Amino acid sequence: MTIGAVTEAPAPPRVRRRSYGRYAGGKVLGSLGSLGFMLIVNFFLFRVLPGDPARTLGRGRFTSPEQLDDFNRTYGLDQPLPQQFLTFIQNTLTGDLGISLRYRVPVSDLIVDRMWPTLLLVGTSTILAAVIGIWLGVNSGWRRGSRFDRAATGSSLTLYSMPEWWLGLLLIYLLAVGPGPLPGLFPTGGLYSPDVDPTSWAGIPDVAWHLALPVFTLTLAYLADYALIMRSSLLDEIGEDYVTTARAKGLRDVQVRNRHAVRNALLPTTTVTALSFGFVVTGAITVETVFSIPGLGLLATEALTVPDYWVLQGTLLVSTAAVIFANLAANLVYGLLDPRVRT
Amino acid sequence: MSVASGQVPVRLTAKQVSRQRRRESWRRNWADFRSHRSGMAGLVVLGCFVVLALGAPLIADAEGLKLSGATGSVLEPPSGEFWLGTDDKGRSVLTLLIWGTRVSLMVGLLATVISMVIGTLIGLLSGYFGGRTGAVLFRFTEWFLVIPFLPLAIVLATVLGASLFTIALVIGVTSWPGTALLIRSQTLSIKERPYLERARVLGAGRWHQISRHILPNVMPMVFANTTLTVSIAILSETTLSFLGLSDPTRISWGSMLDDAYGIGAITTGSWWYIVPPGVCVVLVVLSFTLVGQALEDVLDPRLKDR
Repeated sequence: MTIGAVTEAPAPPRVRRRSYGRYAGGKVLGSLGSLGFMLIVNFFLFRVLPGDPARTLGRGRFTSPEQLDDFNRTYGLDQPLPQQFLTFIQNTLTGDLGISLRYRVPVSDLIVDRMWPTLLLVGTSTILAAVIGIWLGVNSGWRRGSRFDRAATGSSLTLYSMPEWWLGLLLIYLLAVGPGPLPGLFPTGGLYSPDVDPTSWAGIPDVAWHLALPVFTLTLAYLADYALIMRSSLLDEIGEDYVTTARAKGLRDVQVRNRHAVRNALLPTTTVTALSFGFVVTGAITVETVFSIPGLGLLATEALTVPDYWVLQGTLLVSTAAVIFANLAANLVYGLLDPRVRT
Repeated sequence: MSVASGQVPVRLTAKQVSRQRRRESWRRNWADFRSHRSGMAGLVVLGCFVVLALGAPLIADAEGLKLSGATGSVLEPPSGEFWLGTDDKGRSVLTLLIWGTRVSLMVGLLATVISMVIGTLIGLLSGYFGGRTGAVLFRFTEWFLVIPFLPLAIVLATVLGASLFTIALVIGVTSWPGTALLIRSQTLSIKERPYLERARVLGAGRWHQISRHILPNVMPMVFANTTLTVSIAILSETTLSFLGLSDPTRISWGSMLDDAYGIGAITTGSWWYIVPPGVCVVLVVLSFTLVGQALEDVLDPRLKDR
């Protein structure tokens, strides 16, 4: 065997990892693509699908052809489709989402107004659900098959199978209305009492008292996701060699769990948390309806009855954009935490 | 006719061999499945609901659904005559519940079929065809994945108008991307296996490869995923109905809850109108989820040693 033969042997394959910049750039481009697709879907949903938009949009509101023409002109529906699309893109990018048919104010103003209650409600519930859910998941995954595990997983699955608004209805019945002679402890709906200014100091406990039940409902509804995902990703980690090593080093059980296994198992959970922030509007739609909290979700369901198309379109736009941004954030964070995904 | 242990084995045709193997694997999987207590419990509960749905005309008189056929008074609490009380129009809640099973299950299954067909097709194609076609389909799936379900479903249901089929269509069209991604990753791994290379070398065309080799191999995953999708579809149907987007002429669990909420059954304390439909939804959805998980466990070898 000559030396030459040795040098000709193929070099071991090197894993080439993209730099974080390139990884992030790719993800940003992907998100921009999603945004573009979303705009197209939004445009076509309301203009092309059901045939004549004026008839669907104005359902039975027009008595004369003049009124119809007028409506078409106001909403630019007499223009050719490509022209309409350009106008739509231009308007959306400048924050003009049309005028609400019901409230007669710009949809963007409505959305900004209604965003805060939703953020407060969903933000609080998501944080609570993540903390409690991860704790449940860690404890049930670490002692798989124990009584705690069976109880936690069983109730997580049950909560997961429950429409969250039905849970809300039950809670209203039990805790706000009060069955039989029992008094109600919480308000049945709304964000604050009519005689209290929600922006004053006295308003804070009042709002908290009103939000207690809806936050509890949403927390229970979200909890299952976190608990089940945390449990299964912890189960994936338990079989790994480094956990055995940590045990062999003589670390205490709690240390093996918290410093080694849980840290790695938290990675997928990070993604889920970021993603669920994106589903803010979706989660809130039914719960806000049931508890009559004036947020984006209630705005959407109220728009259903009119039907207030521009408001519906606006909420769909905002909720999709939220998901896309949350998705991007999750990917960027994940790329930082776990370089393996950048290959 | 069996393969004897003697010198001259009975020769089976290829078809017979494959049929025999399939039968054996079914038997093995069934035995596996039966060892999952939660999966079996789910299956039993589902069986009861299916019997209820199919036997609705025998169990509860359809006359009880009509306003003219109402025999009770308004919002009567449960009694010997009306086991689950009456609704605001004097109809028996139990009768509504039994007939609602049909609609809820039907919409759930129909939506799942739509979602499965789209998801499997796009997943297969995007996994099998690499290059530009695959990339485009994959992007398409990812785009759909980020559109939040409920707002889109609400918009679609409003634009298309409310009917049983529309609701199923809306749910199906909005819930396929998850399936597509799953099938895609399965297809990608199957594509690299030796038997597919062999088929390619023997001159199998793309269609033959996809339909005879890849599809049968991803089918178990599709099957397991189906049961999980049904549970999501039934939940979605309930939510859409609750928001008033259901077919007004049909009674489903969701529309019952919508009615109950609408007439203020909560404030009047008529729990018998609110609790039973919700409990049915939870039972059916939970059962589908449990069966789906057990199936996944049985059919996905990677999860075996868990």
